[in-house]
Amino acid sequence: MSEQIALTGNEALALAMKQINPDVVAAYPITPQTEVVQLFSQFVADGVVDTEFVTVESEHSAMSATVGASAGGARAMTATSANGLALMWEIVYIAASTRLPIVMPVVNRALSGPINIHCDHSDAMGARDSGWLQLFGENAQAAYDNVIQALRIAEHRDVMLPVMVNMDGFIISHAVENIKPLADQDIRDFIGEYQPAYSLLDPDQTTTYGPLDLQDFYFEHKRQQVDGLEHALEVVLDIGREFYQLTGRDYGYFEKYRLDDAEIALIGLASTMGTAREAVNNLRKEGIKAGLINLRLFRPFPVQALREALQDIKVLGVMDRADTFSLNGGPLFGEIRNTLFDFGNKLKIVNYIYGLGGRDINLSDLEGIFRQLLEVKENGKVKQLVNYYGVRE
Amino acid sequence: MVKLKDLTKNKGLLSGGHRLCQGCGASVIVHQALQVVENPVVIAVATGCLEVSTTIYPFTAWRTSFIHNAFENAASTLSGVETAYRSLKKQGKLAADYNFIAFGGDGGTYDIGFQALSGAMERGHRLLYICYDNGAYMNTGIQRSSATPWGANTTTSPVGKVIPGKKQYRKELTEIIAAHNVPYVAQASPYHWKDFSRKVKKALEVAGPSFINVLSVCPRGWRTAENKGMEITKIAVETNVWPLYEIEDGEYHITYKPKKARPVIEWLKPQGRFKHLFAEANTGMVEQIQQHVNRRWQKLLKLSGQAQ
Ligand SMILES: Cc1ncc(C[n+]2csc(CCOP(=O)(O)OP(=O)(O)O)c2C)c(N)n1
Repeated sequence: MSEQIALTGNEALALAMKQINPDVVAAYPITPQTEVVQLFSQFVADGVVDTEFVTVESEHSAMSATVGASAGGARAMTATSANGLALMWEIVYIAASTRLPIVMPVVNRALSGPINIHCDHSDAMGARDSGWLQLFGENAQAAYDNVIQALRIAEHRDVMLPVMVNMDGFIISHAVENIKPLADQDIRDFIGEYQPAYSLLDPDQTTTYGPLDLQDFYFEHKRQQVDGLEHALEVVLDIGREFYQLTGRDYGYFEKYRLDDAEIALIGLASTMGTAREAVNNLRKEGIKAGLINLRLFRPFPVQALREALQDIKVLGVMDRADTFSLNGGPLFGEIRNTLFDFGNKLKIVNYIYGLGGRDINLSDLEGIFRQLLEVKENGKVKQLVNYYGVRE
Repeated sequence: MVKLKDLTKNKGLLSGGHRLCQGCGASVIVHQALQVVENPVVIAVATGCLEVSTTIYPFTAWRTSFIHNAFENAASTLSGVETAYRSLKKQGKLAADYNFIAFGGDGGTYDIGFQALSGAMERGHRLLYICYDNGAYMNTGIQRSSATPWGANTTTSPVGKVIPGKKQYRKELTEIIAAHNVPYVAQASPYHWKDFSRKVKKALEVAGPSFINVLSVCPRGWRTAENKGMEITKIAVETNVWPLYEIEDGEYHITYKPKKARPVIEWLKPQGRFKHLFAEANTGMVEQIQQHVNRRWQKLLKLSGQAQ
């Protein structure tokens, strides 16, 4: 283990990528991810990594070249945000169906339009059905740790799927935090030498990637992707345990905070949950039994574990930093309701769609939301199921 | 140099039994190109006729490593594979030498894949991109592309009561790629197979990106007889509709000059897609095509330092 150092979220991501020392990185700049690409270019220019960097002309080509490199037996990475991820979209699906263990940090930013550079999760949520695993982290440390673990999860032979590591744009990417990076050698030992399952560059056998797959096999191949995701549920925990032994930092599907005796709780993703933790502390001081779930794994969705964690909660607030435009709540809300529908508990659920385009959410906002949940608990009634929180209407 | 005798004996890297149409130019082009490849080769193919007909799971006609990613990204995908190769080589993780060849139709090359191709050429990957130019999106049913010739009848530039086929001249992609300052660019035809295979060999020898644009007959799209493909491909060259030339480090060089250029009508006449040009209402269109071909040829002569 090395000492604590002060880094921005983007610097932490770039450091993780440097320590992983991938064979190939193909990436294109976009705010707020840009710094990652710049820092990594400098590592390449200074010869501190073995990586060949492909300065592609677009994100579509970034993902295409990353797919090509990965199919060529390289450990290959890219990184993006918002519109960049949207431009990749076609190939994001292909990366998953081709079972390539690519790791991609996504520095979350509101998806156009209107154009905006600040944080929300509309970019990641647009790719939620692409077949990638999606990890979220609250801060720079979590993003750094998630990138390292993502590599092991992706490359696990029972998984063989790409992993998106999400980190909040600006709020985390551009803010300085103390983080504890691992020593280079620890990371090398943790991730090991990459052994590709099938490589285009295997001199002993030719390999075919991406054939036309018609009515008689496509469905089986999609089902196999689901299989990989089912295995991922176990692998995420196994790798988390291994990482814990190395670092003492605990990662599973989600973090439970003061949940055991809680009556009201919030579930959400990323940096907001750090603020929510403070709100819980403040409410607890007043004797209000509040708790929270800080969800790390959004894809696959840890249904069983969430059912267990939420079994004694009376009122749950679901925090969505993205909308589905279904008029039926945000993406996390949909998952949670689906998870709990036939579970038979009497839990009341309220959805808060908040923070779009970087709209700030602060401690008193979150305390206020908890107080609304408390009201629901006391009245037994949900006044409004889906709430647009913090917007002028 | 490849000999005809070897060509007939060598079973080649693309096996028979693929599902391309009878008389399709694409498989002939692939055969001829791969004849001169000496190293193991990784092939990338853009979505299109060639791809959907040669790798239908669980089969493949390719005796090579092969990747198809999507329609517009054969160049960027292969640039990723080539980069993996350089990285693994540099780190001592791979010993063998490889070649990298992408194939794309004109749609996947001139149009939707243009940006990815331009990027790959500019970045300098050591790969050869071969466009089999059949002058339309054939796989989806003969829609016009920016390679479709002026006046041609396609399903999205149909001959109608007021519009007589495609209204734009084709884009000169070969020259556009040359403007990327890549070491080797050429235009070829499978009828002139020796010329073509020599160009492929040269392309693979340069230490950078290379591009060859090859005329590829499509009997369905051109409305031509299956057994007339090579003849028509030959006429394209003899009429200067499809000149054979190469651009080495920016120097233009015409590799075959017809003794006396034949009139374009000989190229147009056997093709159903140009049938309407001979209708009374369209008098003058053939002449306009002739003028365009003449202008293009004069320009090429000038570029190769042979202006009269
Ligand atoms: C992004 C995208 N847009 C459209 C298509 C549909 N499509 C598949 S092949 C093709 C045309 C291919 O034309 P070309 O590149 O000229 O090759 P050819 O079929 O003539 O061999 C089209 C439009 C697609 N697969 N992907």
